[in-house]
Amino acid sequence: MSILVKEDTRILVQGITGDFGARHARLSIDYGSQVVAGVTPGKGGQVFEHNGKKVPIFNTVAEAAKQTGATVSAIFVPPPFAADAILECVDADLDLAVAITEGIPVKDMIRAKRAMQGKRTRLIGPNCPGLVTPGRGDKSYGGCRIGIAPGYIHRRGKVGVVSRSGTLTYEAVWQLTCRNQGQSTCVGIGGDPVNGTSHLDVIKLFNEDPETEAIIMIGEIGGSAEVEAARWIKAHCKKPVAGFIAGATAPAGRRMGHAGAVIGGSEDTAAAKIKIFHECGISVAATPSDMADALLRIWKG
Amino acid sequence: MNIHEYQAKALFAQFGVAVPKGVATQSSAEFAQCLSQIDGKNGYMVKSQIHAGGRGKGTFTNGFKGGVKFAPTREKALEHAQAMLGNTLVTAQTGAEGRKVQTIYFTEAANLGKRPDGRDDEYYLAILLDRATSQPVIVASTEGGVEIEQVAHATPEKIFKVRVDPAVGLQAYQARQLAFALGFKGELFKQCVNLVTKLYQFYWEKDAAMVEVNPLLVTQEGQLLALDAKVSFDDNALFRHPDVVALRDLNEEDSKEIEASKFGLSYIALDGNIACLVNGAGLAMSTMDIIQHFGGSPANFLDVGGGASQDQVTAAFKIILGDPNVKGILVNIFGGIMDCNVIASGIVAAVKETGLKLPLVVRLEGNNVEAGKATLASSGLTIVSGDSMADAAQKIVKLVNK
Repeated sequence: MSILVKEDTRILVQGITGDFGARHARLSIDYGSQVVAGVTPGKGGQVFEHNGKKVPIFNTVAEAAKQTGATVSAIFVPPPFAADAILECVDADLDLAVAITEGIPVKDMIRAKRAMQGKRTRLIGPNCPGLVTPGRGDKSYGGCRIGIAPGYIHRRGKVGVVSRSGTLTYEAVWQLTCRNQGQSTCVGIGGDPVNGTSHLDVIKLFNEDPETEAIIMIGEIGGSAEVEAARWIKAHCKKPVAGFIAGATAPAGRRMGHAGAVIGGSEDTAAAKIKIFHECGISVAATPSDMADALLRIWKG
Repeated sequence: MNIHEYQAKALFAQFGVAVPKGVATQSSAEFAQCLSQIDGKNGYMVKSQIHAGGRGKGTFTNGFKGGVKFAPTREKALEHAQAMLGNTLVTAQTGAEGRKVQTIYFTEAANLGKRPDGRDDEYYLAILLDRATSQPVIVASTEGGVEIEQVAHATPEKIFKVRVDPAVGLQAYQARQLAFALGFKGELFKQCVNLVTKLYQFYWEKDAAMVEVNPLLVTQEGQLLALDAKVSFDDNALFRHPDVVALRDLNEEDSKEIEASKFGLSYIALDGNIACLVNGAGLAMSTMDIIQHFGGSPANFLDVGGGASQDQVTAAFKIILGDPNVKGILVNIFGGIMDCNVIASGIVAAVKETGLKLPLVVRLEGNNVEAGKATLASSGLTIVSGDSMADAAQKIVKLVNK
């Protein structure tokens, strides 16, 4: 198994006719992912073609889901329209909406998140690299790639990875792959202050997933999501967890690239989070080069 | 995006939040005219306008003490303003280099109300995002005029919070809860409910990231006034608020950060001597961390984004080299989808164009990395290759500390 998505998960892409959406739809198709529909309002009836594969484009998410059986959406819609795109997935009862878009107004996300309460659709992101469940082919071909992560760095295996950051996730995944440790699923939850799925949400899924045997959790300064996850891990998690927190050198009050990465109070600092990781039995990576090894130390001894 | 106090108060006034009357100017020639528009029966306040807190306790580099001063007379107000305008104010939040004061804000001085124990009758009020619940939260306290973090630490029972359900907005009972918690009665109770309601309306309609009023004051005449105002806006929402964008003061921003943003680069200057150039915010932060871990000191945060084109890399090198403290550069790129060889060519071109003389360590990983490393090696330039982040960080620290 894996979490959230499997190799045969049927994917639709909102914003498939834009440069960014089209580029990554092509890369997902090249990776062997099941991209079955595109959605661009007003371009329904057109076809997105790549390497001989024809992907029908629909005007609405509901129509795309009904016609193609897509259950998951990758959202590449520009920021002013992205919250609307998320809510359209909720309306269509999709399992999962993955918002890659960076720069969505916080107020739009506050409202969208409130509107999603009690609905079946889960949101990953926004401002995230998406998620990958690696395939079993060469260089993990045949996996489910939703978003912008490089597929080939993955290998199918037993480690779950959750992170706010894109390139830091790739770093961890590549370290694992180079040590012959594959991944069950890698989830980038995004760097915004209001997001759909938290570290803890993903940790709980990994904890229940029979294929996942060990977990890497990557966090950063700002907010208390990593602390909340660490405390839950101490009390409930059955699997070894390694962790890393970025931003030890970040000055207070300055936002470090991600909208959410800003030290507001004394609880938000890297040092405070790392201390709590230690207290909760998480194997802490001293540097970002040490993430896979930190896991192997606690997992394989 | 941050704005000045005088701009924030003008917006408050638009939304019906009571503020002391005031006038701002960038020119000393207008001082007298500004002061003539203000009722000075209780005296005047002269306030330096910079985007940093701690102004009252700050000191100017010319020796003048206080970025916010009371003046009993118009003459004294003029004198204070002359001492402030055009001079550099150093506060706890500006860093040692301070900020040049380019705007002076004159306001009427309020007649501070007193509590039975003799203290000024000052409160605290703020609205911001509560990240734990993804809802706006209004924070209020009976202890105004001091650092709210200290109050929260020492006397948490004096901090009151109301979270607003975004589906329905702020409810009247919530504004009443806060006004009761702050101990207001009668006319002041009504004023408080009104002020909280209007301030929330401003926060929500204008996509503010944070609104802080410290202190919120009761005057001897029984009026509730926002004596100070600190407002920042959500950068992501500026596209729908051209009136807010018009308030941007580029003088208050780092010129290198502005230059960087033109190339889609996110740059923040720090105090160290090892510059870094990285793709991705999380990786950029942790590159700074690993430099420090191995005994070095990072000179900046620089995220070139997911792309990292040759133009961007060249622009990034120029910005980095504009910092005289920089003694070496670490480039750390995880080219997941981009071709590492394209990035390597960009680095070589940038080094040649900028005539770089400082030590440079490059750590490339990802797609077509072998070709990228070959390009660096055959460039004829002294570029040191790092195999991992740890290896690269150790190498640049060693080169810089040599």
